[in-house]
Amino acid sequence: MTSSTPALPADRPAVRRRRPTRAWVGPLLLMLPTIIVLGVFVYGLIGANLLTSFQDRHTRGPSEGWAGFENYRLLFEDDTFLYSLRNLLYYTAAFLLGTLVLGFLWAWLLERGAKGESLFRAVYLFPMAVSFIASGVVWRWLLNNAEGERSSGLNRLFGDLGLSWLQNPWWTHERWGIVAIAVPAIWQLSGYVMALFLAGFRGIPEELREAARIDGASEWQLYRHVLFPQLSPVALSAIIIIGHMSLKVFDLIMAIAGQTNYTTQVPATQMWIEFTRGDYAKAAAIGTVLLLIVALLIVPYLVATYRQEPRR
Amino acid sequence: MTADAIAAAPPTARVAPGRSSAVARTVRYALLLLFLVIVLIPAYVLLVTSFKGVGDASPSRAWQLPQEWQFDGWQRAWELLAPALGRTFAMVIPAAVISAVIGSLNGFVLSRWRFPGADIVFTLILFGMFIPYQGVMIPLVQLMQSIGVPSGVPSLILLHVVYGLPITTLIFRNYYAAVPHELIEAARIDGAGTLRTYSSVILPISAPAFVVVLMWQFTSAWNDYLFALFFSNARNGPVTISLNFLASGQLQDYSASMAGALIASLPTLVVYILLGRYFVGGLMAGSVKG
Repeated sequence: MTSSTPALPADRPAVRRRRPTRAWVGPLLLMLPTIIVLGVFVYGLIGANLLTSFQDRHTRGPSEGWAGFENYRLLFEDDTFLYSLRNLLYYTAAFLLGTLVLGFLWAWLLERGAKGESLFRAVYLFPMAVSFIASGVVWRWLLNNAEGERSSGLNRLFGDLGLSWLQNPWWTHERWGIVAIAVPAIWQLSGYVMALFLAGFRGIPEELREAARIDGASEWQLYRHVLFPQLSPVALSAIIIIGHMSLKVFDLIMAIAGQTNYTTQVPATQMWIEFTRGDYAKAAAIGTVLLLIVALLIVPYLVATYRQEPRR
Repeated sequence: MTADAIAAAPPTARVAPGRSSAVARTVRYALLLLFLVIVLIPAYVLLVTSFKGVGDASPSRAWQLPQEWQFDGWQRAWELLAPALGRTFAMVIPAAVISAVIGSLNGFVLSRWRFPGADIVFTLILFGMFIPYQGVMIPLVQLMQSIGVPSGVPSLILLHVVYGLPITTLIFRNYYAAVPHELIEAARIDGAGTLRTYSSVILPISAPAFVVVLMWQFTSAWNDYLFALFFSNARNGPVTISLNFLASGQLQDYSASMAGALIASLPTLVVYILLGRYFVGGLMAGSVKG
């Protein structure tokens, strides 16, 4: 896809001062391959997926005609799908809460500079370099649901430490099982949120703190009125990034519980199951629902960002 | 906090005026150490279990060091994963390089020229970064079959390049937006065209951004499981597929699974350890919009 667009006349010095309005034509041609490819692979395919979801196409064969919203109606009458939507909500709430609290706490503990800061940062951050599949191998062992004598993993550790009351069935619990899947996710991404908050803390000019102190602000007032407002854009970024990752959760569940486990069903795993069954219309409908949920989160953020963009 | 964060060295420790008492400092370090230990627990389990043999199978020994350090698990894991490791490198390196080069050109264009609708095009590209791929997967499978890209490495290179373009474009755009305008004007006065300006002015100063983008693409393609699952199998796919195959087998071969998890993570961990500070900077650039 290397572009060999020749330099256009508009870029030559003779016309430089007049700044012809079409100076952007050459550069635009340079970008055209990307625009076309993403147009097809993102927007074209979103459209195609939507069309599939409106079809009567429940086998690997061709469509047997249009079904309108029937696939969606059936989907929202399907108890398993409703359960997986509920699971997604619980998971996202736990994941967001966990990473934001830990990420902020770590950044707060480190922001004044600590001895060995780079070691702490590196250790807190390293889990995010690992794939969910690889960390899932370890966490499947840690989150083993056996209790008492037969227990291993974290349940064993709790037992050995005299904390047996903490032993629990982890991801096999029907109501809260999905929250157990959020534990490894929090382990992996809290360091990232910490890095975001640390950068945020360090972007705050020291003068601002000094000014607040001179005005006699207490430590709490300093945070409440000076630091928190300065950190809120960082918190928003963290929510957007963790939130959209969370809504797409798939790898961790596949690695820890496997695709068929009921208590950890989410739309992405259900979509995979329907795909392997060859029910393309249902799989496409689930995909569209997931896309809409993510869009609800992302589009307002993108629109706001685009509005803020300074004009050059 | 956009592009300049890319090159940001680790923030220097800034010692605030001595407000915190000795007690507060002790509590702070105690907490930091406690969290350090908690975060390292999975790493301990992984290492210890990978060296255990059948003699250590009893759950009562779950958290203890191996009675006898054995390398059988490592050997089994290596035999199973080695071919997949090779394929993963063959997939990830081209995918990272191609998407970085194209992203760099795109970023250059978007940071310098305001063609009509540039903002909308940019926003639409960005949206592509966030979409759940489930929302395009069914027609994507059909599209890939109809254009005849072979399953496995070729398919995955194409997909990681295409779906990597939004983030590589974004990072380069933010990076180039901080390049002084005069630099480019000077090149133009010297009569350089768009591509000449790019290759003689922009490219030589792009190294920090390339490091970030290559790392980012390398890591995310290496760690990908979703595309791998839909577009490859255990015989032609990357290491995530083989690892999950090994770990979710009926036999529950924990020592081989743990060794395998470490083998499969080593390349990204090495990249992270060597270039970690750029990693964080790049994430800022890709996420926190200033």
